[in-house]
Amino acid sequence: MSDSTLLSTLLLSPLISAALIFFINMLFLNPRQSLFTFLALTGSGVSAVLALIVSYQSYFHAQVFTSHLFTWLSIGEFTIELALKADALGSFMLLFVAPVSFLIHLYASGYMDKDKSYGRFFTYFNLFIFFMFLLVLADNPIIMFIGWEGVGLVSYALIGFYFEDIQNTYAGNKAFIVNRVGDFGFLSALMLLFIEAGSAGFSFDSIFLSLAQIDPSMLSLIAFLLFVGAMGKSAQIPLFVWLPDAMAGPTPVSALIHAATMVTAGVYMVARFAPLYTMTPDISLFIAYVGAFSALFAAIVATRQYDIKKILAYSTMSQLGFMFMALGVGAYSTALFHMFTHAFFKGLLFMAAGYIIVAFHHKQDIRELQGIRKSLPLLFVMMFTASLSISAIPPLSAFFSKDAIMGALYASGHVELFLMALVASLLTAYYMFRMVFVLFYSQKTQSTKKSSKSMLYPMVVLTVLSVFAGLLNLPELFGGNLNISNWLNLLDKELLLPHAKELLLISVNTLLILGVILYTYKRYAYTQAIHKESQENLVAKKFYVDEIYTLLITQPLHYLSIFFEQKISHGIIDRLINLSALYYARAGILFSYLENGNVRFYALYMLIGVVSGFVYLYWALRGVL
Amino acid sequence: MLEKYMILSIILFSIGIVGLISRRNIIVIYMSIELLLNAVNLSLIAISADTADASAQVVSMLIIAITASEAALFMALFVVLFRNKASLDVNLFDILGNKR
Repeated sequence: MSDSTLLSTLLLSPLISAALIFFINMLFLNPRQSLFTFLALTGSGVSAVLALIVSYQSYFHAQVFTSHLFTWLSIGEFTIELALKADALGSFMLLFVAPVSFLIHLYASGYMDKDKSYGRFFTYFNLFIFFMFLLVLADNPIIMFIGWEGVGLVSYALIGFYFEDIQNTYAGNKAFIVNRVGDFGFLSALMLLFIEAGSAGFSFDSIFLSLAQIDPSMLSLIAFLLFVGAMGKSAQIPLFVWLPDAMAGPTPVSALIHAATMVTAGVYMVARFAPLYTMTPDISLFIAYVGAFSALFAAIVATRQYDIKKILAYSTMSQLGFMFMALGVGAYSTALFHMFTHAFFKGLLFMAAGYIIVAFHHKQDIRELQGIRKSLPLLFVMMFTASLSISAIPPLSAFFSKDAIMGALYASGHVELFLMALVASLLTAYYMFRMVFVLFYSQKTQSTKKSSKSMLYPMVVLTVLSVFAGLLNLPELFGGNLNISNWLNLLDKELLLPHAKELLLISVNTLLILGVILYTYKRYAYTQAIHKESQENLVAKKFYVDEIYTLLITQPLHYLSIFFEQKISHGIIDRLINLSALYYARAGILFSYLENGNVRFYALYMLIGVVSGFVYLYWALRGVL
Repeated sequence: MLEKYMILSIILFSIGIVGLISRRNIIVIYMSIELLLNAVNLSLIAISADTADASAQVVSMLIIAITASEAALFMALFVVLFRNKASLDVNLFDILGNKR
């Protein structure tokens, strides 16, 4: 198979399986569920295998895969090609997006077992990874934008998957509308980029070549608007409100979209535009601050959540905040590496949550799920491992990625960012182990029914990955040589610490985190502390952000639209139109006197017409005759 | 000579028009229409004789044939109208008009 066919197959196989599932689901009354499972797993499995080949070739042979599907637009000199390109960054994204997607497909086939909309679910699921691949592999920002919008659209459909409950539909709407705000930024940035740098072609490479000619203030504006897009997709302050609500979807959706793939699109986009962001240090710093505040905010809110999925949702937002901090100080590959490990352990955590939810009859409140260790021992091990990993305990994967971020923040000289990240990371350990200890360490015991094997296997794989994935980017301190960072070869800023200082930083970090875990154990394990927490304070109410948005944005918009509807539309426009209609009616009455139905009058009118016609003819032809 | 025929034709036509517009009895209106048609016939034949061209006579023969069939239609119309309103006053038959 040639390189270009390989890349096209990678992209198109989920699309084809989505289309097949869709048509079978539409055309046949009672299709077999196993057929859907087969198609969905083939679609994503083929992509996963090809993605591994692509990233293998890219890593070991520095090969760049390209594929030109067709020319989408051709206006004079200007063309938009539907071209794919898997450079190091793209292959790196494929390396975790495709296999994790496949594992989540496998998991979902167990989770959604005997669901009446099984076919619809996998249509969306496969369509989603198609758009995700399109986003990752796009060779120009316009194709990337199509993938970007596509994942947004499918995520809307998946969040509102159980649309019988209107609340889920509202959650889907919220995600879609909030993302629109972000897309507005992205689209405006693309337009500006096109005006400023579009003359010499619009692929990423040619844009980056012409960046130097753009006015610096315009460049900052473009960078800022692009980041607004990233804010929406990656759930950063202030556009994060959709992510917790998006937990209304089925749990595999949360695992796929809100942990491993879609929310990482913003981080990927900023990393893709790294040449732009290195030229705009102010905007980069702004990104770092937004990331820091998001990380801290989400971590604080997560400490008072009780819904197992909401805790994980805020945790995702917090981890994304870490990534943006790293992006902001110029440590692009560090951010991407954290995204890489995050995909594994967060996917695993969501899967574990889904497993618990299925096993205990769709209960999601950790206060009702206490004491489930005896009945789910394997799950306990996996969840505990993932929690250790996300808390950055050595030598698990997130330890390497998160400590690299902390080191970069420290080395960048922004101590306030470093401190915020430190607090957020301590809070991470706190809220994760609060959940773990409440769920698993309790005097109470609950028994459960069995769950399917197809849910368990992907989790085992992800557990292994979330333990060992960190070794891929071993820093020099531990005898590695930053393989992934070297592979990605992005425009990283040199942010190196002396080894002694780095070691000190890491040990202090780890000790603090262990201390927090110990404190959490004391507080929550085998106690009723979780039931005594106040429901009324600022944190438990999520800092009233939703209420503030309602007050500041939704309500004024609502009143404004009522004003326009009643005063402007009915009061002015309708009146004007009715007025003109009235005068037409008056004029009609005038003419209706002529139409009296009396034949003799009609004959008279005819006569008048004919006579005046002749008079005119006589007058007009007088000269000629 | 043609001029005299034309004057006669115009006189006949004018009488027909006045009858058509001013009379209320539908039979008189019918007769007025016949008068109009025959005024045209007369002028056609006169012109035909004057220019020694027979084609105008063909047209007038056609008009006579049409007038004959029209007469049959009008007879049927009189019967229907009379059955409806027991009158042949055209002013009674104005349901297409503006009723206020």
